[in-house]
Amino acid sequence: MAQDPTSFERFIQGIIPENPVYRQLLGLCPTLAVTNNMKAAMTMAGAVAFVLFGANIVISLIRNLLKPHLRIVIFTLTIATFVTIVDRFLAAYMYSMSKALGPYIPLIIVNCIIIARCEVCASKQSVITAGADAIGQSIGFGLALASIAGVREILGTGMFFGLRVMPLTWPDWVIMVLPPGAFFTLGLLLGTFNLIESKMAKNKNKG
Amino acid sequence: MAEKKQEKKPGQAETSITPHIQVAFSPHFSDYSLTTQKVMMDVLIALIPVTGMAIYYFRLYAIKQILVCLISCLIAEAIFMKMRKKPFSLFDYSAAITGLILGLSLPGPAPWYVGVIGSFVAIGIGKVIFGGLGMNLFNPAMVGRAFVMISFAGVMAASGYIDVKGTVDAVSMATPLNAFKQSGTSTAILDLFLGFTNGSPGEVSALACLLGGIYLCIRKTASWEIPTGVIITVIIIGGLSDFLSPQEGWTLFHHLFSGALLFGAFFIATDPVTSPLTPRGKFIFGAGIGAFVMLLRLFSGYPEGVMFAVLLMNAVTPLINRWVPHKTLGERKKQR
Repeated sequence: MAQDPTSFERFIQGIIPENPVYRQLLGLCPTLAVTNNMKAAMTMAGAVAFVLFGANIVISLIRNLLKPHLRIVIFTLTIATFVTIVDRFLAAYMYSMSKALGPYIPLIIVNCIIIARCEVCASKQSVITAGADAIGQSIGFGLALASIAGVREILGTGMFFGLRVMPLTWPDWVIMVLPPGAFFTLGLLLGTFNLIESKMAKNKNKG
Repeated sequence: MAEKKQEKKPGQAETSITPHIQVAFSPHFSDYSLTTQKVMMDVLIALIPVTGMAIYYFRLYAIKQILVCLISCLIAEAIFMKMRKKPFSLFDYSAAITGLILGLSLPGPAPWYVGVIGSFVAIGIGKVIFGGLGMNLFNPAMVGRAFVMISFAGVMAASGYIDVKGTVDAVSMATPLNAFKQSGTSTAILDLFLGFTNGSPGEVSALACLLGGIYLCIRKTASWEIPTGVIITVIIIGGLSDFLSPQEGWTLFHHLFSGALLFGAFFIATDPVTSPLTPRGKFIFGAGIGAFVMLLRLFSGYPEGVMFAVLLMNAVTPLINRWVPHKTLGERKKQR
C-alpha cells in the first residue's frame, strides 16, 4: 500500500485538488438546496465544518477500537451527536436561520462528505492528520458553496450577503433563486472547473 | 433501435459546415441535395407570413424583438462554437431560426435584455452544451423562452403583453386567453383567426400560421403527423369540455385559434431533432402536446401552455422512440 498522505497533504488536498463538491461530487444535497443566498450557504458550511471536525477527531481517537463490520454504525452515531449539537445551537442562537435551513441541518447526518472522510482518513490516521483533513475539506466545501451561492444570489436578487451590489434597475433572474438555478450554476461551474484543470494538466505536460 | 443515421456526400470533407443528416429509419432513399441548409431555408420561407403579420400588426415592437433575438442568437452561436472549437456553423441558418422563433414568441413590450438572455440560454444551454445542432434534447428556442419566462415573470406573464403607453393599439389590451381566464371576456373568432388580437408577435394570426405550416408539410420539411396529432387532440379534449362544461363565449374554435397553439404545432413541435423518428411516434408526440396544452389551459394557473407542453414531450421523445420502434422490412412478429 502506498504511503498515507501526511497532515499537510491532507489539508491542501481538501481545498482544491480533492474539493468535496467539484472533484468528489459529494454532499450535493446541501450544495443544491441551501445555496440561494450567501448567509444560508455560509451557515451550512460552518455547520458542516464543525460536524466534520468533531467527527473526524472522535473517530480518529477510537480508531483502534472499531470493529470493521460495525464501523459505519459508529460513524453515523458520532456524526449524529455533533449534528444534534449544531441543530440545537442554531435553534437557540440563530432561530430565523434555523427555520430557513429547515430539514437540511438534520440531514448533515447523511452528508456523504463526512462519512467519506471518516472512512478514508479518520479511521486510519492519527488525530492531527484527521483534524487537518477535516479543516481542509471544510474549507473546500465552504469555497464551493460560496462560489455557487455568490453567483445565485447576485444574479437572482442583485445582492450579496443581503447587501445590494447590482444597480437598482437590475432585473432579478428569479430562476437562479429557484431550484433550477442551482442545477444550472453547479453544472456550469463544474464545467468551468474541469476546463481550467484540463488546461493546467496540458500545460504541465508541455512544461 | 432508434439511431440517428448520418450519411455523408461521397468525397465531402469531414468538417463540412452543412453535413447531410438523414433522421429516419431505413431504407434511406434520399435526395442528397437535401442539406440542413435547405431544410432551414424552407422553415425561414414558411415563417414569412407569420413574421409579416407580426410586423404589420405590432410594428416596432415586433421588429425590435425579432432583431434583438436574431442578432444575439447569431452572436451566441459564433461565441459558443468558437469555444467548442467546432467549425463555424452560422450559415446553416439554424441559429437564425432559433432566434426568429424566440423573437416571435416573446411579448412585444418586453425589454431588450429578455431577448438577449433568452437567446444566449437557448443557444448555450439549449443546444451547444449537448453537442450542437442535432444533439439537443430540448427545443432550443423553448428552453430560452422557459428560462426568461420563469426569471422575469413580471415582463413575460400576461401583464407583460400590455403596454398602455404603447404607440400600437394592439398592445393596449389583454391577450385573448388571459382576458378569458381573468374576466371571462370572449374574443371574436374572426379576429382570432386573422390575428387582430394581442399576444406574442408570432402567435396572433392563426391564418398566417396555417399558411406557413401547410407549406412546410407539403415540402415535407415538417412531418404532417405532429401538427395533425396536436390539432386532433385539442379538438377531442376541447369538444369534450365544450360538451361537459360549456363555457359561454369560449368554444372549441377559440381553443384552436387562440394562443400559440398553431404556431407551436407547426413551427416549434416539428423540429426534427427533438421529435420522434417514426410516423406513429410523431403522432403520439403531437397528441401528447395537444393533451398537455389543454390540461394546462383548463386546469393550471397559466393561461397558455404550449411552451411547457413542447418541453415535456421533448423529454419523453427517447421513450416514444423505444415504445414505437420501426418495423424492419420482412421482420416477423415476436413469438409470445
